Amino acid sequence: MRMPDSFNKYLDETGATSRFTYRYFHELVRPRYEIRQFLRQCYLIGYTSLPLIGITGFIMGLVLTIQLRPSLISYGVESQLPVMVALAIVREIGPVITALIFAGKISSSIGAELGSMKVTEQIDAMEVSGTNPFKYLVVTRVAASTLMLPVLVMISDAISLYGSYLGVNIRGNTSLRLFFFQVFQTLQFGDVLPAFIKTFFFGFAIGIIGCYKGYNSSKGTEGVGRSANSAVVVSSLMVFIIDLIAVQITDILGLN
Amino acid sequence: MEGHSSDAVIAIDKLVKKFGEKVVLNEFTVDLKRGENLVVLGRSGSGKSVLIKCVIGLMRPESGTINVLGEDVLSLDHDGLDNIRSRVGFLFQSNALYDSMTVKQNLEFPMRRHLKNIDFKESMDRIMDALENVGLAHTLNMMPSELSGGMQKRIALARTLILNPEIILYDEPTTGLDPITGKEITLLIKDIQEKYKTSSIIISHDMKCVKRAADRIAVLVNGSCYAVDTYDNLKRSSDPNINQFFE
Ligand SMILES: Nc1ncnc2c1ncn2[C@@H]1O[C@H](COP(=O)(O)OP(=O)(O)OP(=O)(O)O)[C@@H](O)[C@H]1O
Ligand SMILES: [Mg+2]
Repeated sequence: MRMPDSFNKYLDETGATSRFTYRYFHELVRPRYEIRQFLRQCYLIGYTSLPLIGITGFIMGLVLTIQLRPSLISYGVESQLPVMVALAIVREIGPVITALIFAGKISSSIGAELGSMKVTEQIDAMEVSGTNPFKYLVVTRVAASTLMLPVLVMISDAISLYGSYLGVNIRGNTSLRLFFFQVFQTLQFGDVLPAFIKTFFFGFAIGIIGCYKGYNSSKGTEGVGRSANSAVVVSSLMVFIIDLIAVQITDILGLN
Repeated sequence: MEGHSSDAVIAIDKLVKKFGEKVVLNEFTVDLKRGENLVVLGRSGSGKSVLIKCVIGLMRPESGTINVLGEDVLSLDHDGLDNIRSRVGFLFQSNALYDSMTVKQNLEFPMRRHLKNIDFKESMDRIMDALENVGLAHTLNMMPSELSGGMQKRIALARTLILNPEIILYDEPTTGLDPITGKEITLLIKDIQEKYKTSSIIISHDMKCVKRAADRIAVLVNGSCYAVDTYDNLKRSSDPNINQFFE
């Protein structure tokens, strides 16, 4: 029986990505360690994403609060507004939306950067300069995005909650202390931990897919564009897939 | 190595390189003698870049042997390969300047990587030397994107020279440059050969450059080495496979 070509291509791609991921872990643990490059990437990937993540987080919290209020009023539980919003943000919306924005910004820029380095032979040039380009370029970027996304999500969550506090205060009246007291009283360990853990996987997937697409970019500027584009598409899709898997696992473990 | 003249710094023997079904190099054999400039002449897509990438270990051939400075490149481990690479310079067809780094950082990179504990003053001296060699000392703190194509080529050449290589592999050093800049680069290549006594493989189809720089020419046809001779002898040939380059 013959498989359709597109299916074969999909399998090829999956296999190649797995080998790439295997190589990542293999090179991650072996010396030499590119510490300076890693810190530089943490700065570039993490710090420079802060404004974008902050603004979207703030708007998310504010809008969600305004949207939820009428429903809660109709059920007569308006006082639960801060709690509802906090649960939604911390458990699901914060990590996923932040990861999607991160994917759009970081995955595409890594894909385009490594892609253009590939087609202009910069990666070959590194190799003849006594540098392992996989360590120097890929390992540092993937490690940085794995570690930076969780931090960004925490910051985004905090800003979202502040946005939500302002949202509550548009029509109601609550103090910042009361708001956060209410929020933290309801939020449980089981709400925070799984959400926090899955962000590492989001960050890892976004980094590795961006690097894979760029590192295997085909010749020509068109190839670079295609790498950047498919890096965003695939890594955004992966965020949802990982989210789906994560929710099943937390369910099985009874952390809900 | 037996079978090759003892003064060969690179000996390529029966090299075969395939991409899938496609045979790019088919039993390619050639020697580079100490101190000479050997030009490899071939049509676009004939496998010239592939050939010199095999020499430096960036691509692995299917079979054949490559001996560089007395070492069998295909059996070297990682450190051995690094050692050879620090003695062989490579000028890339697309320059391959790191576009996120300044000119200075570009030149520093191979030094810091190959000579792990070079001190600051020596590295700075070498950078200025290399830049003065190519007449671009004032570009030290510029980004590659601020430079013209010809200047980028010269910076790339400076980066290739910075480790004082014994052998230099030039991949189309004059392609894409105007005739005057092309001539400058060619003269620079001649200068380097005389000043530092380097041996070079030069890939080119710019016949003016070939005429000026070549001591010998190897003609690459259908993946193998069709003829090796001096410029004048090849120009006189009536063989159409050779003639096509001399029109
Ligand atoms: N990584 C690769 N994967 C598959 N095929 C390749 C690869 N690199 C080169 N080739 C093929 O090998 C052949 C020779 O390529 P090469 O780059 O050596 O040509 P060239 O002689 O340098 O040409 P040009 O003068 O245009 O630079 C081409 O047909 C190319 O399609
Ligand atoms: Mg080429």
